[in-house]
Amino acid sequence: MKSLAELQAIRDKARASVNIRENAEAETRVLVGMATCGIAAGARPVLNAFVEEVAKRGLKDTMVTQTGCIGICQYEPVVEVITPGKEKVTYVKMTAEKAVRVVNDHLVNGNVVTEYTIGANAIGAK
Amino acid sequence: MRELSLNVMDIAQNSISAGASLITIAVEEDAGADTLSISISDNGRGMTPEQVEHVTDPFFTTRTTRSVGLGVPLFKMEAEMTGGSFSIQSTVGVGTTTAAVFKPSSVDMIPLGDINGTVNMLVMMNPQLDFLYTRKLRLESGEEREFDLDTRELRQVLGEDVPLNAPDVTQWVKEYLEENTAELLGNDGEAG
Repeated sequence: MKSLAELQAIRDKARASVNIRENAEAETRVLVGMATCGIAAGARPVLNAFVEEVAKRGLKDTMVTQTGCIGICQYEPVVEVITPGKEKVTYVKMTAEKAVRVVNDHLVNGNVVTEYTIGANAIGAK
Repeated sequence: MRELSLNVMDIAQNSISAGASLITIAVEEDAGADTLSISISDNGRGMTPEQVEHVTDPFFTTRTTRSVGLGVPLFKMEAEMTGGSFSIQSTVGVGTTTAAVFKPSSVDMIPLGDINGTVNMLVMMNPQLDFLYTRKLRLESGEEREFDLDTRELRQVLGEDVPLNAPDVTQWVKEYLEENTAELLGNDGEAG
């Protein structure tokens, strides 16, 4: 069973590493819409996938966080990626699988996954 | 909603918006009585009697950016659909308690779903807030089992410099919830 002693070990390990505080000054922000509409459309696995993939790849300058309803409920789960100095990218109808690809292509390699963006999915586009 | 645990996440967001510093989530199953009770309490800013009266009206919201608020009405409807009940109590400056009782044997029962995922995510996304999650199970034999996760205890162990959303801590919370849930449900328990 998990014990508080294990948590103590985690604390000691974390204190020894220097990186922990630097996380607070993240460069890129990934915002996942988590209002009623987003949650109902499946935002939780999307957010989980982003957090896990970002942690797995050790992206220290990326912060995954949640936001409310931005008013395009029909496109939920919606994810916004905001990088200073660049145009905001809005991904729509996200899934956990798409999230993994966004982390790999966009966050790691800097290539926006155009086919998942709102521009490619807007009414009339398909 | 496909899972009641998603409603819990949704209602808890209201608590967060209300400026709560402690949010208590309780899930209690009683196999003999055929009930599943879910409550979400907070110490946020609370609501006026007038707001409480309107809170289950989908077209009432204090938000100014849009004119509908569906979270609470959905939760109420889902409980009442199973033959259960719903209540919300709130006092300005004290906090709000939202509680719903479900009848799991009803054909309209929505599964509880991944409640551990909800709790873990709430902790991970709001490391500055405290959460107390308790889960209880009363078997038909009368035996009672329960466990809880109290982030105030974790915070004491972790100290000031290690946040509750450090990846290792998140993993610990996830495994703690999984292990304790498995033990609580055992072989006699009903799957969530």
